[in-house]
Amino acid sequence: MGALNSLPDEPQYVGLAEKTGFSFEQIGILHKRFKQLSNNGETLRREDFNTIPDLLCNPIRSEIIEAFFDRRNFRQTDAVGTVHEIGFGEFLLVMSHFRPPSIRLDDEQKEVIRTEKLRFLFNMHDTDNDGTITLEEYRHVVEELLSRSGALGKETAKGIADAAMLEVASISMGHMEPDEFYEGITFEHFNKLLKEFEVESRMNIRFMNMDTTTLCK
Amino acid sequence: MFWSGVKPRRGVEMIAFVIGVCTVLSLPFGSNGEAIPQKPTGDVSIMPPIKPADGPQAFPDAEKANMPVFTMDYPRIQLPFEITLWVLLASFAKIGFHVYHKITVWVPESCLLIAIGLMVGGIMHSVHEEPPAVLSSNVFFLYMLPPIVLDSGYFIPTRAFFENIGTVLWFAVVGTLWNSIGIGMSLFAICQIEAFGVQDINLQENLLFASIISAVDPVAVLSVFEDVSVNEQLYIVVFGECLFNDAVTVVLYNMFSYVADMPEVEPVDVFLGVARFFVVGLGGMGFGLLFGLVASFTTRFTGNVRAIEPLFIFMYSYLAYLVAELFAISSIMAIVTCAITMKYYVEENVSQRSCTTIRHVIKMLGSISETLIFFFLGVVTITTEHEWNWGYIMFTLLFAFLWRGLGVLVLTQIINPFRTIPFNMKDQFGLSYGGLRGAISFALAYTLPDNIGRRQLFITATICIIIFTVFIQGISIRPLIELINVRRTNRNLDTINSEIHCRVMEHTLSGIEDLCGQWSHYYWKDKFMKFNNLVLRKILIKDKRAESSIVALYKKLELQNAMEILDTVTGDLSAAPSLVSLYEEKKGPASNPKKKFGRADLRSMHDLLSKNMYKIRERTLAYTNKNALPNESQSKEILIRRHASIRRSIRPGSFQNEPVPKSQKYFSLPAGQNLDSHFPFKRRSRADDEETMSETAYPSRRIRFNRPSRSSSRAMVPLQRMGTLTEASSVDVMNEDPRRPRAPPLPAPRRHSEDVPDEDTEKEDDGTAEPANPPTSPSWAAEPTERPENRTVRNPLLRKPQWNPKRQ
Repeated sequence: MGALNSLPDEPQYVGLAEKTGFSFEQIGILHKRFKQLSNNGETLRREDFNTIPDLLCNPIRSEIIEAFFDRRNFRQTDAVGTVHEIGFGEFLLVMSHFRPPSIRLDDEQKEVIRTEKLRFLFNMHDTDNDGTITLEEYRHVVEELLSRSGALGKETAKGIADAAMLEVASISMGHMEPDEFYEGITFEHFNKLLKEFEVESRMNIRFMNMDTTTLCK
Repeated sequence: MFWSGVKPRRGVEMIAFVIGVCTVLSLPFGSNGEAIPQKPTGDVSIMPPIKPADGPQAFPDAEKANMPVFTMDYPRIQLPFEITLWVLLASFAKIGFHVYHKITVWVPESCLLIAIGLMVGGIMHSVHEEPPAVLSSNVFFLYMLPPIVLDSGYFIPTRAFFENIGTVLWFAVVGTLWNSIGIGMSLFAICQIEAFGVQDINLQENLLFASIISAVDPVAVLSVFEDVSVNEQLYIVVFGECLFNDAVTVVLYNMFSYVADMPEVEPVDVFLGVARFFVVGLGGMGFGLLFGLVASFTTRFTGNVRAIEPLFIFMYSYLAYLVAELFAISSIMAIVTCAITMKYYVEENVSQRSCTTIRHVIKMLGSISETLIFFFLGVVTITTEHEWNWGYIMFTLLFAFLWRGLGVLVLTQIINPFRTIPFNMKDQFGLSYGGLRGAISFALAYTLPDNIGRRQLFITATICIIIFTVFIQGISIRPLIELINVRRTNRNLDTINSEIHCRVMEHTLSGIEDLCGQWSHYYWKDKFMKFNNLVLRKILIKDKRAESSIVALYKKLELQNAMEILDTVTGDLSAAPSLVSLYEEKKGPASNPKKKFGRADLRSMHDLLSKNMYKIRERTLAYTNKNALPNESQSKEILIRRHASIRRSIRPGSFQNEPVPKSQKYFSLPAGQNLDSHFPFKRRSRADDEETMSETAYPSRRIRFNRPSRSSSRAMVPLQRMGTLTEASSVDVMNEDPRRPRAPPLPAPRRHSEDVPDEDTEKEDDGTAEPANPPTSPSWAAEPTERPENRTVRNPLLRKPQWNPKRQ
């Protein structure tokens, strides 16, 4: 392991560490991985992601990749739209959504983390950024999810997405007036929908301090 | 129903009361009471245990010469007879507990069983009865243990288990070793103190004893955890620990009882022991895997012998157990691995009925086995001779408690850095306090070989620790868990949305892990699922298509939904809350309309049923073969129908879409409007129209609660409302033969599209639609082949009485 890789420019990392909450070791490892993916370049493009063999079989690959190029995930306020290439900082910011929270958190902090993580998921669904997951978007995701499971037609996926949408409508719009329409899942409804789903404790990746980059394809 | 519930309770109460009285009375008299023991024998006549030997033989001996008119051969049936009665008694006790719900909430069932056992034991003691000597080592290991282990192995929550497998194994293996060695060593130290008078117990025997009492058996705790729904991680670790530490304990037990014979223990033996430990554990796993796969493979071909399908599951698991026993490797590991392996594949291969049978039988055998052991424990506590040694027993209790707490504390510190969700102090408290000892410990102690010098003392100490932990900890754990407010989880998230989002999240995580080059169980799960879909499923499963868990859940919900309709209509109008979360009306405040069930509703229900279940009757033709059970395809039919209807329900949206682009998102029809008013009869068949109309209202059925009249012609009647029915007449209506002429309140309910009078009461939207509907185009017209059947099959469900007989 070269000195360059194991101890990269600290000052740059301090800012990143503050922003993302990663430790220096973790940042170092992720940086290595970043370089590996970008062929030692400064930026990552969508094509770089497409070359990861492990990712190829992921049914929602395109959503995952898209999430990295989505300004909304960069923890800036009011940023929308997509970018064409990301630097290491952005890469790390997106990754930081998956950082496990510390054990000792009060309910308020937990709620913040929970909202953050849910927002990430929500943004993955809400591709046109209009604040709702529309039926079309929902169908798309379900279709993709089921795309790996063999002979299930698009019709099945549609049926399931539709049923799921009905479910959301019945759960979140407790009292719909006859002239109301359910336009799509808003973030509030999304939050309510997954109320029982402990996303804050489940949507976590244990970023190890161990360097596994050499094993990666 | 009602009576069957009450009667046994009375019986048990009576017995319990009598037993209690007798016990109390007989205690002071000791063994010389003549008059009192008479009473119990009479009262407790259902109690099997070995009647005095002179009774049964009297008859055959008396008249030898002639052809006996009446004979009795009790010895012939003695053993199965007594076993049956024991099982029956234990089962009665169980019924008794469950009649009083409040008891089982606060006092674990095992406590009650032991208490009953104590009473029975008291009576038996007072009449100088010996408990039947059925619980020998062989009986326990070959017949009683497998069902218990199969039960917990089969019902372990697979996903949670594999998410926490490292921690589970860590606590089960290392924790048990820690406890055994810790307790054994400390007890050996205690034995050196002369004052206690137990210097003759050597280290090996202490270790053996310690391994016996370090098997935790937190059935009672698990049910408490389930009730208060503690977080999944804690639950699964306790569950998995009790499962696998049985395996570890039995291995240790065998090892130590082998070592206990040896006068000297060489260092080589220790190494061999360690090696053997791994051989035994991994070997058991291997056999289990093998038999699990073979069992799954077999069920691929059982489609034509549905009746014996469940048998394969039991036989293969038992075979795995026995073969593992044959090679003296961990049979518990074998049967558990077998169950975990085959469960997933088997349940996809076998029919719904077989699946239910399998689950019920496994549960039944497991709980009977456990009940008997606890019951027996109570009896033995009274009837055997005890060797009481204050010092040894008290220190055993102390050490068991201490080492368990210490072990959890230390082991959690080690495992926490490796966990995504670390255990906090409350979880650790739950873990350590949940370490009850139970059936396995007792059985192991009771089957100790006779050459152990202080066998009596060990049995006494084991019983003490079991009773102490089960009673004190078992009763107090619920208040304590509630008091310290352990983190909780809702473990039953049966909505499609949670499943979808859960899958999305998992795929995302696994993708991100791929991206950043970190591997945890999501990565491995992803890889396993790939392997599973590519290879295993193709080999093991009849229906080779890979199935997503979303689809599976969807089907399940659909099935529940359909079953609920069936249940509701065939008369089971229990007010039990709906299982189907698709219809989570009860959550909303305005969700319980408590509405009377009107004529119109009935009709719409009929419509719904005729649409959903039109094929059931046809299926009955398939039941001609005597050996074949009715298969599950009818429920599949329902699914297909429902599925199609849900798909159709979206269509109106797309129809509206062209002129009004935004309305793609519309899920419910605009108020007071109707598809037809917008687009009168374009592009659509009449059947489709009817179908879509009725289905469109489905998402917004709450509207219809407010405007009940509108709902009348809807096929998708709100299902919840059926649950709140009170009118008994509706039940009768349902069970009637549809061809019999019906008087009101249900005039001609079958021909929904022809029922113009009722439709007239509707609001204007339906008014425009219905008259336009030709009366001959009922909703099922979409399937033209069904048309001729319409007259007779209109409401197939109503024919239940008809197709039932055909099944036999």
